[in-house]
Amino acid sequence: MSDDIRGMTAELAADPDSLIFLELGEALRRRGQLDAAFKVARTGLGRYPELARAHDLFARIFCDRREPDRAFESWVTALQFDLTLVSAHKGLGFLYYQAGDLASAEKHLAYAGQADPDDGGTATALERVRADATAAKASVGAARVEPAQAEPPAATGDAVAPDDVMLPTIAGAGGLAFSFDEGARSPVQEAVFSGLDGGADGLLLVDANGLRLGGGLRNPDGQDVADSVAALLAGVSKEAARTTRLLALGDWRGLSVECGDGNLFLSAPSDSTLLLTVRGLDVPMGRVARFAERASAAARTWLERAE
Amino acid sequence: MSNPVQLLERLSTVRGLRGSVLVSAADGLIVAESLMTGVDGRAVAALAASLMNRLRRATECAGRREPVFLQLQAQGGSVLATPCGPDLVLVAVAGPDANVGLARLEMLEAAGKVA
Repeated sequence: MSDDIRGMTAELAADPDSLIFLELGEALRRRGQLDAAFKVARTGLGRYPELARAHDLFARIFCDRREPDRAFESWVTALQFDLTLVSAHKGLGFLYYQAGDLASAEKHLAYAGQADPDDGGTATALERVRADATAAKASVGAARVEPAQAEPPAATGDAVAPDDVMLPTIAGAGGLAFSFDEGARSPVQEAVFSGLDGGADGLLLVDANGLRLGGGLRNPDGQDVADSVAALLAGVSKEAARTTRLLALGDWRGLSVECGDGNLFLSAPSDSTLLLTVRGLDVPMGRVARFAERASAAARTWLERAE
Repeated sequence: MSNPVQLLERLSTVRGLRGSVLVSAADGLIVAESLMTGVDGRAVAALAASLMNRLRRATECAGRREPVFLQLQAQGGSVLATPCGPDLVLVAVAGPDANVGLARLEMLEAAGKVA
């Protein structure tokens, strides 16, 4: 443990209400001690649930943990408490870029660039996003004119690797205005969609026979438990529907389960599927439910496309 | 263990609650009940206990601790449940206008007394 971290840890121990947790969490994150950083951030957030910078720290940790959906939620929450938090705009710009939503990425980065014009990293990232957007438009235009001769759009891997540009600059600060584009695609949905095809953790889409359709789930030790949990969830949807029908409560909408160490939410994207959303206790059940709602909508879209 | 019927009657004072039952977790049979007329106690008991057992297994498999509270939300209300130790489940039926937050707190407190 370095002296600065040791000092900050001692300071926090002496005064648990100290805002030094922000610096300590960030220092631990930069050292790659993500579990320790997460614990510090979670404890700090428990004391200051409306502190935008605490949510920003959480988001950066989630980003490093390759959990973009949770990072997105944390940055959105940060902006709910402080619309001028530049680092949250940078983070969202990065996530929108990863999700392929160049227009939203450009907007967030442009805000960040205006607020902090001396930040070369943001300027470079913005240039790249704009160049990509121009190339994408040109590619579409060429395809419309001469489909047979049009150049294929650049592969994702060749386009831009924003990590090196964006991540070191995420911790900036400054003032700017902000508004969401309601019509923009949500990176959360993108993450769910990619999770359905790949391996997003904490989201599990199951069919009526208990077979996994998409998503993934790991236990706290990191073991893959998706298939075994999927099997146990078979029939829950029917049972829930039967319960509410017999009690004349109408169609069921969701099933929230509080555990001692996490919050789970079950929803039904369709009559024959079930979506399980799992989050830690740091995410209140209300937010888990809202996230599950969006994930359910994304899953429904995916199911409709697949059918 | 406190008198279960008294605990259930206390629960019934929460706004919007249509009643509550104490259920055997193993077989879904009613141990004690305080329900409004028209609420099918046996259905509540059997189905809620079954749901709780299924979710217990699922959370255990997921490496999580046991469920401490569940809420089945529907268009016209909710079914709330919390385990009372390993053998019993406290279940309540709430209307759409119920104060679910207060019901949750009362149920968790009651469950602690029953267990």
